[in-house]
Amino acid sequence: MAEAAERWERAGSGPGADRWDRRPGPAETLRVYGLIVRMWVRSTMAYRMSFVMTALGNFAATALDFATILLMFSRITVLGGFTLPEVAFLYGTTSTAFGVADLLMGSMDRLGRRVRDGTLDTLLLRPAPVLAQVAADRFALRRLGRITQGGLVLGWALLRVDVAWTPGKVLLVPVMLVSGAAIFCAVFVAGGAFQFLASDASELQNSVTYGGNTMLQYPPGVFARELVRGVTFVVPLAFVNWLPALHILGEPDPLGLPRWVDFLSPLVAVGCCTLAGLAWRAGLRSYRSTGS
Amino acid sequence: MLGRPAGVPGRVGGGLREVRGQVGGFYAAVVVRGFRRYATYRTATAAGVFTNSVFGLIVSYSYIALWDQRPHLGGYSQAQALTYVWVGQALLMTMALMGGGFEDELMERIRSGDIAVDLYRPADLQGWWLSADLGRSAFHLLGRGVLPMVCGALVFDLALPSDAVTWLLFLVAVALGAVVSFAVRFLVALSAFWLLDGAGVSQIAWLAGLFFSGMLLPLTVFPGVLGEVARALPWAAMLQVPADVLLGRHRGAGVLTALAFQACWGVVLLAAGRLLQSVAARRVVVQGG
Amino acid sequence: MAEDGTGAAGGDVIELDGVEKVFDVRRKAGVLRRTRHEVRAVDGISFTVPRGEVVGYIGPNGAGKSTTIKMLTGILNPSAGRIRICGIDPARERTRLARRVGVVFGQRTTLWWDLPLRDSYHLVRRMYRIEQERYRRNLEACVELLDLGPLLDVPVRQLSLGQRMRGDIAAALLHDPEVLYLDEPTIGLDVISKTKVRSFLREVNAERGTTVLLTTHDLTDIETLCRRVMVIDHGRLVYDGDLAGLHAVGESERTLVVDFARELPPVEVAGARCVKVEGPRQWLAFPAAASAAPLVAAVADRYPLVDLSVREPAIEDVIARMYGADADRTPTPGT
Repeated sequence: MAEAAERWERAGSGPGADRWDRRPGPAETLRVYGLIVRMWVRSTMAYRMSFVMTALGNFAATALDFATILLMFSRITVLGGFTLPEVAFLYGTTSTAFGVADLLMGSMDRLGRRVRDGTLDTLLLRPAPVLAQVAADRFALRRLGRITQGGLVLGWALLRVDVAWTPGKVLLVPVMLVSGAAIFCAVFVAGGAFQFLASDASELQNSVTYGGNTMLQYPPGVFARELVRGVTFVVPLAFVNWLPALHILGEPDPLGLPRWVDFLSPLVAVGCCTLAGLAWRAGLRSYRSTGS
Repeated sequence: MLGRPAGVPGRVGGGLREVRGQVGGFYAAVVVRGFRRYATYRTATAAGVFTNSVFGLIVSYSYIALWDQRPHLGGYSQAQALTYVWVGQALLMTMALMGGGFEDELMERIRSGDIAVDLYRPADLQGWWLSADLGRSAFHLLGRGVLPMVCGALVFDLALPSDAVTWLLFLVAVALGAVVSFAVRFLVALSAFWLLDGAGVSQIAWLAGLFFSGMLLPLTVFPGVLGEVARALPWAAMLQVPADVLLGRHRGAGVLTALAFQACWGVVLLAAGRLLQSVAARRVVVQGG
Repeated sequence: MAEDGTGAAGGDVIELDGVEKVFDVRRKAGVLRRTRHEVRAVDGISFTVPRGEVVGYIGPNGAGKSTTIKMLTGILNPSAGRIRICGIDPARERTRLARRVGVVFGQRTTLWWDLPLRDSYHLVRRMYRIEQERYRRNLEACVELLDLGPLLDVPVRQLSLGQRMRGDIAAALLHDPEVLYLDEPTIGLDVISKTKVRSFLREVNAERGTTVLLTTHDLTDIETLCRRVMVIDHGRLVYDGDLAGLHAVGESERTLVVDFARELPPVEVAGARCVKVEGPRQWLAFPAAASAAPLVAAVADRYPLVDLSVREPAIEDVIARMYGADADRTPTPGT
């Protein structure tokens, strides 16, 4: 009996056991996210052939979008005032930013299913942020295909596009990619928060994520002014690539906004992430009171 | 995860079994079941209608820019091109161009070995799944097709026909397209008998379908030989032909030629599916299930 | 009460006071109209569980069992009332509480399907920040007591249901929880696995003083593990006491099985009635609360008695009587 008692540590008696009892912050969220992602990557690698096939498929599927644009340009030379390299620049920036967000947060649309089948509860039992657990759920490494494809198009566009590069313009490219990815991540989180309320409406967020990504591949001048206003002021997707890209390409802004707006992407991204975080907390709180 | 997924042959209720003698009645009942099965997801349908409409809107504007540059591109006026966009959104789910049909379920049954049971049932495997999938198509045409079309007609000036005959011919073309769509996916699903990991085949079939159906761009816009080949492939029967019938691009006997094109592909692919099914059945018998 | 959250050293680990959970349910009442009405899933439950106790928490489906467990773990917030687990309010400090409790859902594995069992444990260690030495010792103990040794390097998808359940229970114990919630831990298992799980839980409780709250439909779990049983029905606690008391409340009957020297017509004795005759053997039912001794004496006095035994009532019958679900059901003799 003494030996047996020694085998087990007395519950909760370890030194510093309370050190991590505080409300988990962003660092803990990232740490847990990383832990779970690593597990999914290892699970994926248990079926290596399948991974290669689906990653190639992901690459090819996104490449079809660009093939459509190439087909269009087989019949025209200018679309909405943009040449092919310019459209490719728009395509490359949004696809890369969206690809990163899709890789990091694309699993948010599985939340509704977890709410419906009750498996969300098991995530709530762990001493880890639920957002990190949901975002990392079924982490799909195959989505590297989309990033690769977007990156290749962006690389080609950067070589071909007719721009007088200044240090500011060069710096703006990585800034817009990071900000764009953050804005799309915020949309994914907000979409997840909405699924707490309507668990089988996960397709709704596709219209903003995939739909938004498709829209940003074309020049803003193509779309009706109200639509451009909508994606500037309501769901600020215009800050993913349109506004900074217009600055880089030296094209006029169809809404006639002041020039400094073109540099606001990082601020908009921070704002979006904050709002999405608040929406997420409200959604989780509502789930915990209704258990719907 | 465990047990039989909903909507596979064994689950047909007693009431259906009674009418099994009347073959037509039996398959009609399976069609109705396929329809009802998808009709239960109302919120999902509403969300899907919204998403289809948003995509329709985005694609419409890119087409307007394209047709502004090249009026009469591919023989379409701008109004016809926009109509084509919304027909595409209406038929996206009907023809299961983004997946979501029966094929995943059938492949899972093949992989798990449950298929052996299905092959010994009196109901024909291909006929059963065809009926169920046509029921699904019918639901998606009504549930996910009509409203985006109305939305498109409200926002844009569409070239919709005013005579009932054209609409009727369009419905026939959609029905034939749905059969071709099924026949292709049935062949894809049966590949699971020979390939352990069918993900690759499904993926290739899905990509080919998206591209060669004309979902991304009308096949009439495809340049040169690529266009000619694309218009002759079975995927053209799923969107390009129904859209052209609705747009009144085939006159007189031309409509019959277009429908015959669909019917031919339907018969050929269904026959190929039947052949493959019998080979697979023999294989299952040899292996002992 | 340890409001400061250090967790009462002895004392009560689980405290509920007037806990309610009310759901707002919207029902269709026409094309667009929806009527709202309240469903009281948990309707004023109060109880305490002292450290080291093993409690059975039973009731029919939809009685409010899982809603209670969800409130105890902080998944759901109560509509009214007060809950303290180890002095922690689950609704306010869910993640802090998560380090003190372990949960096993019988029908839901938390193990990683495509990875070796060991990897799932490694993740638990990292996620709960369990010190290496403590983790090693706890894992060793679990591996030994649950026979997990040969399974550690096997992908979870290749484990049998019983092996997986043992793996899940071990995963819930690696961080030394003070409280363990088990929801149907033996569901679907074969007899040997069930026995293994039960004896392991008894050992954990005895050696570590872990408090256990057990939800189950398998009443052998209750009989072998629990000193105390709580019965919940329609969101209310209808019974809280020991098993014997449950029999008394349920007006259950025990059965005296007697073997006579020869075949006899159904015997007639005061305080018992004959419910079954099979050759020289007869089954006599009498109230569970009554003593068997006077009855045995009375029978032996008047009939040629060869052998006898007393059968305890089947607990399913007892609870069925309490729920009044089928009050007319006669005790099943000879089971």
